[in-house]
Amino acid sequence: MYSFEFAKPKTIDEAVAALAGEEAQALGGGQTLLPTMKQRLAAPATLVSLNSIPEMIGVCVNDAGHVCIGGATPHAVVAREAAAHYPALAALAGHIGDPAVRNRGTIGGSLANNDPSACYPAAALGSGAVIKTNTRDIAADDYFLGMFETALNEGEIITEVRFPVPQKVNYQKFVQPASRFALVGVFVAKYADGVRVAVTGASSDGVFRWAEAEAALNADFSKAAIDALSPPEGTMISDLHGTDAYRAHLVKVMTGRAVAAA
Amino acid sequence: MTQVTMTVNGKAVTRDVEGRTLLAEFLREGLRLTGTHVGCDTSQCGACVVHVNGNAIKSCTALAADLDGASVTTIEGMANPDGSLSVIQQAFQDHHGLQCGFCTPGMVMSAAALLKENPKPTETEVRAYLEGNICRCTGYHNIVKAILAASGQDVGAIAAE
Amino acid sequence: MPKDHGIGASSKRREDVRFLTGQGRYTDDINLHGQAYVHFLRSDVAHGRLNKVDTSAAEGMPGVIRIFTGKDFEGVGGLPCGWQVTDRHGNPMQEPAHPVLAQGKVRHVGDPIAAVVAETAAEARNAAEAIVLDIEELPAVVDMKKALRPDAPKVHDDLSSNLCYDWGFVEENKAAVDEAFSKAAHVTTLELVNNRLSPNAMEPRVAVGDYNTGTDDSTLYTTSQNPHVIRLLMGAFVLGIPEHKLRVVAPDVGGGFGSKIFHYAEEAFCTFAAKAIRRPVKWTASRSEAFITDAHGRDHVTKIELALDAENNFTAIRTETYANMGAYLSTFAPSVPTWLHGTLMAGNYRTPLIYVNVKAVFTNTVPVDAYRGAGRPEATFQLERLVDKAARELGVDPVDLRRQNFITQFPYATPVAVEYDTGDYNATMDKLLEMIDRDGFEARAAKSKADGKLRGLGINCYIEACGIAPSALVGQLGARAGLYESATVRVNATGGIVVMTGSHSHGQGHETSFAQVVADMIGVPEAQVEIVHGDTANTPMGMGTYGSRSIAVGGSAMVRATEKIIKKAKKIAAHLMEASEGDIELKDGQFTVAGTDKSVAWGDVTLAAYVPHNYPLTELEPGLEETAFYDPNNFTYPAGAYACEVEVDPETGKVTICSFAAADDFGNVINPMIVSGQVHGGLAQGIGQALLENVSYDENGQLLSASYMDYAMPRADDVPFYQVDHSCVTPCTHNPLGVKGCGEAGAIGSPPAVVNAVIDALHRGGMKHVAHIDMPLTPARVWSAMHG
Repeated sequence: MYSFEFAKPKTIDEAVAALAGEEAQALGGGQTLLPTMKQRLAAPATLVSLNSIPEMIGVCVNDAGHVCIGGATPHAVVAREAAAHYPALAALAGHIGDPAVRNRGTIGGSLANNDPSACYPAAALGSGAVIKTNTRDIAADDYFLGMFETALNEGEIITEVRFPVPQKVNYQKFVQPASRFALVGVFVAKYADGVRVAVTGASSDGVFRWAEAEAALNADFSKAAIDALSPPEGTMISDLHGTDAYRAHLVKVMTGRAVAAA
Repeated sequence: MTQVTMTVNGKAVTRDVEGRTLLAEFLREGLRLTGTHVGCDTSQCGACVVHVNGNAIKSCTALAADLDGASVTTIEGMANPDGSLSVIQQAFQDHHGLQCGFCTPGMVMSAAALLKENPKPTETEVRAYLEGNICRCTGYHNIVKAILAASGQDVGAIAAE
Repeated sequence: MPKDHGIGASSKRREDVRFLTGQGRYTDDINLHGQAYVHFLRSDVAHGRLNKVDTSAAEGMPGVIRIFTGKDFEGVGGLPCGWQVTDRHGNPMQEPAHPVLAQGKVRHVGDPIAAVVAETAAEARNAAEAIVLDIEELPAVVDMKKALRPDAPKVHDDLSSNLCYDWGFVEENKAAVDEAFSKAAHVTTLELVNNRLSPNAMEPRVAVGDYNTGTDDSTLYTTSQNPHVIRLLMGAFVLGIPEHKLRVVAPDVGGGFGSKIFHYAEEAFCTFAAKAIRRPVKWTASRSEAFITDAHGRDHVTKIELALDAENNFTAIRTETYANMGAYLSTFAPSVPTWLHGTLMAGNYRTPLIYVNVKAVFTNTVPVDAYRGAGRPEATFQLERLVDKAARELGVDPVDLRRQNFITQFPYATPVAVEYDTGDYNATMDKLLEMIDRDGFEARAAKSKADGKLRGLGINCYIEACGIAPSALVGQLGARAGLYESATVRVNATGGIVVMTGSHSHGQGHETSFAQVVADMIGVPEAQVEIVHGDTANTPMGMGTYGSRSIAVGGSAMVRATEKIIKKAKKIAAHLMEASEGDIELKDGQFTVAGTDKSVAWGDVTLAAYVPHNYPLTELEPGLEETAFYDPNNFTYPAGAYACEVEVDPETGKVTICSFAAADDFGNVINPMIVSGQVHGGLAQGIGQALLENVSYDENGQLLSASYMDYAMPRADDVPFYQVDHSCVTPCTHNPLGVKGCGEAGAIGSPPAVVNAVIDALHRGGMKHVAHIDMPLTPARVWSAMHG
């Protein structure tokens, strides 16, 4: 790693102030950022840890019945504490990375990074979550702007993520055998106002909603409705772990399985 | 430099560290606790797993400065107070759960974390929990068997040796 | 009853205690006073002309002690190749220079260009980034067949082409083999790839060089499977340091699998630089560096054909293989596709005529050398996939076809130059069938089908030549080294025994199993025997551990030395008891005179040897220490039968291993627990090759699988509990322990079982167009084969 200054604020306000500095970068659990820095592919002048800000850690349910997760909450805490309120979200969190990674990696870090193969973006987009920052609320539909691209401004911190709880829901992850990230992950959620299908791992544009599947499932929430569809079109990733055609096929298979299991 | 104070294997330690000092480096180079190993640079192999405030983490992917005030347990702190092998360590020896020994510290630390969360895991649960610990020697057979045995379950039915 | 001590007992491993408590001492745990750190600036292009390496800006960076480039090594030897293969026409292979730091050209991503030695590792890396390179990128050759085209770019400008050698074996048989094919009732043909692997010992390589100004002695601490070999190669061929001024220490080593046999540039560099700057110099590889510097394994592309007569007897085998050498010849690279591969093409079968052709090719990739099994997995995979395909084409049971063609008479001289001393292939097949409940397969397949899965069963055999091996033979075959092993047994005055072995343990448990042998021979507790290894300063010249040779060759040397000890101790005992030497018996640590009640204890005799007051000094020297060098007269031939059951998810192509059974004949077994552990590990590596692992380059020579994010290592949830058995025993006929070796079998025998099982599953599922899928059988590849 290159040398950097380290800051460990105790409040959101302190963190915001620290991040206003020249080439300052927020540090969540660091499970992606630190390996990147070890490869010297990132070189912040100051690293601002968000791991000691109590108001950003924890899981609760608000008056609207939404499950609210502090931006610095580790995956393992979500897996434990969200289980009673939003089991599918807890299960998703409980299968990110591995147990040791889950004890460090945070929801805010994952969503800020927006890795095209990460699980949380599928949950947030599939749930129509609201990403709360120190300055505003961002609807998930407006938040994900492409691979590693988000609506966050420089220095903006994800303080909380609010998930409406669906009537029916399931996440199916088909793992890339080396990284164990999602080769394809499909999050299907049925709400009173419609079905959302969010796909991660497959597209070089990052997480996306599969509109045809949502339309079909709004008409008939069954695996058969998915079986009748063609695989999604679009900018599917082709790499050593699978061609674009294979990924498109997996999207359909995983969507069908998620519907069946929801 | 930042001053960092931790409790490592029950002993308070204070050192000046750079911001970039990883916990693994702090332990290996700063404290000469070389039982914690580094086998990769992408946070996957798990040879560096230690417990921080009771939770297993990868010490190669955490900054020492970020863990100021933490209580850390490493493989050097896992034996019984009299120096004898703990139940998990003894099970690894009894069931030949290690060969070259390089991944072993991380395996033992992960096994301890698993059994704390889930005192009687199934074979499938053990294998799933070891997702972040890679071993190249044992083919995992005897590691899984050792962890099941350490949990007090009968492993007699699992293929001999 | 299983034995509780000595040969045949599953003694718990004594080395475990230090590893389980964090007290192991691996090379990276060694830090010397005043140590400096080196960072290698490596090529990020696969092929390029090195016009200029400008270190001027870097020289002044904080902490920099000295920067080395290829120029500093112009008068220094290159990394040597330890095996010379002679081609079909009687000419020696093409052998390029392999400088410690690149000179003139870079030839693969990872080729070291400059080395910065600084006060800290971070300062060394910072300065390396400030070195300005002028590299004229050249077109790279990656694909072997393209590399052999006349217009292909040459990896080495001074060689005539990218062909290292074109080897024919046995060249004189070629015409007869061709004729057998022309007369065959049936010919089965298969084209396949043996995928390139990265060995991935969990401990990355480390080297610490040290120089003693006062004595002019150099010491290298390194992650090696064979410190004496490194001392010889590095001292004699690279740095010109005589062996008595050079010590090589390989302390606890975290796995090898072949990759730590070879002499690497970083070892020579650290030794050289320590002397140049008069300070210790340390290098610790990152995993990313390991992927682009540790020798890779396998990487063969093969066409193999089997001729059968009308009764389904094998009449001839013909193969054509392209073997990737990478950019340079690693230490033993030329031997792998030839003498460790061609000689195994007979497998377990009576095939009277065999012809093996191998073209070894230079490409702009990391050098390829021995990896667990080394040549034998490639041979086994080809043959056992081919026999399975033949059975399917002929509509016969694959087990029956194998049994019909088994070699049953021993010794058996194969048409590929080796003589199997002993074996019983029907016995291991019988044992395997007993283990797997083949009759119950249909019911299991029906259950899988009900779950929407396709189930398949793959069975195969393997044989390997290991315990490598007779020096005279390997010398004829081109080895530039002997392949004996050594041991010194030192008995101390109070009866404790120290065995200094030339073998090296990096996971195999020698400290336990070797002690079992000596303790058993003398009749003392195992705890009274200490095994010392890994340091050229205190062990006799040994060739190290690889090729499943430690117990067969190293163990035999130890037995011979112990026999000498016992012989001398009996003379001393005879003197003490005033009896004839011929009447002395040694049992349970007691010397007795046959037919009398006279006895003296082991400790009485050892004390007498060192306090020779009552001692036959005119006939016998005091002391009790003996050395033996053992050079076997043949390889050993472990063999067995393996079975794998899989489920394939037809929707995704994902393969799940349901069960894996291995029935091996390793000859006599010293420690059954350790032997089973060796098989388990080999099986996981073989399953990894079959389903997960692949080193992948793009057409420009960029490594795509450059970390664990893209190189899939087998994990605990990728494999099942294995069933292993080694109760079928045909003892080796030519070594004193009757042992054959067990380290590589699992990795050799398992890949074809997995692939055979997947093909079986697909055929049972109606996809009869799928004759073969190249490894690794990833979900994507299986799915595309199903829909191909």
